[in-house]
Order: sequence, then structure tokens, then C-alpha cells
Amino acid sequence: MFILKYIKEVFSGLQSLAVGLRRTLYYFSHHKEIITQQYPDNRDTLVFPDRFKGEVVMVHDDNNEHACTGCTACELACPNATIKIITKFDITPEGKKKKAIDKFVYHLELCTMCNLCVVACPTDAIKMAQTFEHSVFNRAELTKVLNKPDSKIREGVE
Amino acid sequence: MWSFSKISKLIDSWLSVHFSSTWTMVIEMVIAGIAVITLFALLGLVLVLMERRVAAWIQIRLGPNRVGPGGMLQSLADTLKLLVKEGMTPDGADKFLFNLAPFIAMIVAMLLMAPIAFASDFQLWNLNIGVLYVTAISSLMVISILMAGWASNNKYSLMGAMRSGAQIVSYELSAGLSIMSIVVLSGSLNLNEIILSQADGWWIFKGHIPVVIAFIIFIIAVTAETNRAPFDLAEAESELTAGFHTEYSGMKFALFFLAEYINVFIVCAIGATLFLGGWMPLHIGHWQAFNHVMDFIPSSIWFFGKTFFLIFLIMWFRWTFPRLRIDQLLDLEWKYLLPISIFNILLITLMAILGWHF
Repeated sequence: MFILKYIKEVFSGLQSLAVGLRRTLYYFSHHKEIITQQYPDNRDTLVFPDRFKGEVVMVHDDNNEHACTGCTACELACPNATIKIITKFDITPEGKKKKAIDKFVYHLELCTMCNLCVVACPTDAIKMAQTFEHSVFNRAELTKVLNKPDSKIREGVE
Repeated sequence: MWSFSKISKLIDSWLSVHFSSTWTMVIEMVIAGIAVITLFALLGLVLVLMERRVAAWIQIRLGPNRVGPGGMLQSLADTLKLLVKEGMTPDGADKFLFNLAPFIAMIVAMLLMAPIAFASDFQLWNLNIGVLYVTAISSLMVISILMAGWASNNKYSLMGAMRSGAQIVSYELSAGLSIMSIVVLSGSLNLNEIILSQADGWWIFKGHIPVVIAFIIFIIAVTAETNRAPFDLAEAESELTAGFHTEYSGMKFALFFLAEYINVFIVCAIGATLFLGGWMPLHIGHWQAFNHVMDFIPSSIWFFGKTFFLIFLIMWFRWTFPRLRIDQLLDLEWKYLLPISIFNILLITLMAILGWHF
């Protein structure tokens, strides 16, 4: 019946609106449970969600060794040319030439924190750090070299 | 005890002693104008702050908390910022209409203030066709919006203004019909007499379910008429940047912003007057003792309490419901609200004729 369907529609509509209103009234009356963080005040005790992405960093262990083989998978994955890898050739003790990174250049000013480079990395050499206060007075400071000086590739990482 | 009506009578008697009757009239008009403008400024500050606080609490945030104690001076700081900003007029705009539109919006809001009774015996203009006046003037709101949208010479503005035109014209029907239901019950178009007819109980209690339905329709329709979410298609930030006031800046923008909040206040005041008894305290039938206790609360507090309750209701809607599409908006009016309110007003007329209300 048309009229019955119409009335049913009106009532179910009102009911669904009431559900929404009840939810927001609950939030309104429990305003002490805020979910935002008062950032400059709680700078020391700031809690980050796990998936917060601040900038790309290269993981170095205690022996100043990283896992980057210089395969440039991240450079290829990057949608806006944020990463530039400059490679060199090391001579191994056996006398063979081996490809290694010279500089891992990272342009923070171009990065959109899309995480594609981290996903693309076959050896988990880079990851997303949670630092976020990136303001600087000189734009050149945003171009970073991620591998530390004198660092070398960890043994066994191919 | 001090009350608004006593103060106004004191001023009137003092003026009539010291000046001739013409000058008394002129000075009283000036005082009334200044009072209305002061009320506008105060309402703008309070309502903007209230809106931001309600929004924050509903979204589990803190809201403004930097300027002044607990962020109480935030809206004052915003007003100061808007005052010192440049009021730009775009090159391609129709300069005269562009600059006129925000003032039309304010003038309409000001005119609507006239017949509202703020406290017992305290009214700018006790008009015998108050309800008709309010419905007639409130439909002028659309002119300022259309004017702003057209004169801006901007596609977004024009689109917002056209949507707003369609919206206000259609929602006026159901708002008018639900206002009519109270006129039918109380048998008067005079806002003061409508309030006095609620001395033994507000219409929302006396009128049973049909009046509750009329009240719900009224609230939905005036939310749409004042262009507030979920019916803010005229602004629709995600689609039209800011709709009809995209091109406005500085104080001209602030006037539109203020007019929106003043209109919200006015429609809530009308709603409170018609359905919740205006300044009339909560009276229940013939419970003399209870009614006397309620009379101790000043009538102005009753009026503003009810009005702010309705304003909270409208803000609550805004921060709960998502925006409708234009076709859904017109569907809601023409397929649901209008048939229901036509049926409802027939029911209420029957009720009024047969005396089925308290």
C-alpha cells in the first residue's frame, strides 16, 4: 500500500535522525573526554598514532650500518622526485666491484608523506619517522642526506 | 522588582516631562534603534562563540580556549580582525548592488526584530498582524542573497544564490503552514495575544500531537530558511567555496555572517513565541501555587531561555546531519513536509473548531 509505505518511510527517517542526534548529544554531554591534543602545551608528552608519518629516515644500527643497497626502487616509486640516489662502486676484498650508495638525497620540501618509498624498499632500509616540526629559515636545509657519514651497508644484505 | 517594561516606562515618563511629545517620540525611536543595534552586536558575539563551543563539544574537541578566560573573547577578537580588514569589491562586480546586499540582509534582520516581545509588556511594535508581518519580511531575506550572488559576477556565488532562492521559496510554504496552525488555535495574528493565549499552558502542550508535528516541521523549515546545515546549500563549502558570499571580505562579509546568526535568533524567537509561549512562564492549567512559583522567574529570562534552547537545537542539527543534495532538499519539502503540514493544519483546524485542545 502506497500510504503505508510513505508513513513507514517518514517514521524510519525520523528514527535514523534520532539515532544520530542521540550520538552527538552523548558527545556533547561528555565533553571532558576530548580526543584532540593541546599541542604546544603538551609538547613533551605528545602521543602519536602508529601510522603518523612525519619524514623519511634511514635506519642505522649501532655499528653505523644501514640496509640500503642502492637499488633505487624508492626513487622509482616516488611520485614527485623527492628521492635522488647517487651510487658509487666499492671494491670488495676479492677485488670485485660492488654497487653501493654514496648519497641518499631526500627533498623534504617535495615530499607528500605518501609512504610509497617505504613500501617499495626490498630491504626495509628506510622508514617513516614521527618528527614533524620541520620549519626552517632556509629552504636548502630541507634537502637532506639520509645516510650518515662513513656508514656502510650491513653484512649479508643483498 | 526591576523589569524591562518598568525601565522603558521610567524612561518614557522622564522624557515626556522634559520634552514635547514629538521629541519624546524621536528620542525613544533613537534609543530603540541603539538598543537593537547593541542587541545585534551582543547576539553576534555570543552566538558565534556558542556555535563554536557546541561544535567543539559535539566533535569531542575543546573549541576556542586561547583568547580571554576559557576562550570567551574569541569572537570579539575575530570581530576586531574583520573590522580592520579591507572590504574588497571585485572588478567585474556590479559595484552598487554588491555593496548594497549586506545592508539589505541586515535591514531585513532589523525589521524582523520589531514585533518580537522580549519580556512581558516589552515590545518595539505591538502590531496587530505581527505573524503576517514576520512571514512577509522574512521572505525578503532571499533578495539580499540573490543580490549578493548576482552582483558578485562569480559562478559559485550565482549558483549558491539560485539554490538559496529555490530553497527559501519552497521551505517558506511549510514554515508558513506550521505558523498558521498556531494562528488557527489562538485565533489571532497579534504576537502578544498569542502569548497571552498560552497563559494556561504552552501550545506545544495544549495542542497534543498535531502541534508537536507542526513544531517539528517549523524547526526543519526555519533551519532551511536560514540556510544552515544540513540545508546550507547556498554556502556549501565543499562545492561552492562559500556560495553567495565568496567574493565578500572584511566587514561586508561580517555583516552577512552576523545576519545569518541574527536570523537564527529571530526564527527561534518566533518559534519560542508561537509554540513555547514566548515570555510566558511555564503554567500548568489551574495549578495556582505552581504557576505563582513560576511567575517569580522574570519573563525576559523565560524568553531568552526558550530562544536559546531552540538555537541550541538548531546548532545540534547542524553538527549532526550531513548536507542534503539539492534534489533531496526539494524532495523533502515537496514530497514530505508540505503534504504532512497541509494534512496537519486540517487536523488542527478540526481540533480548534471542536475544541479538542485544553
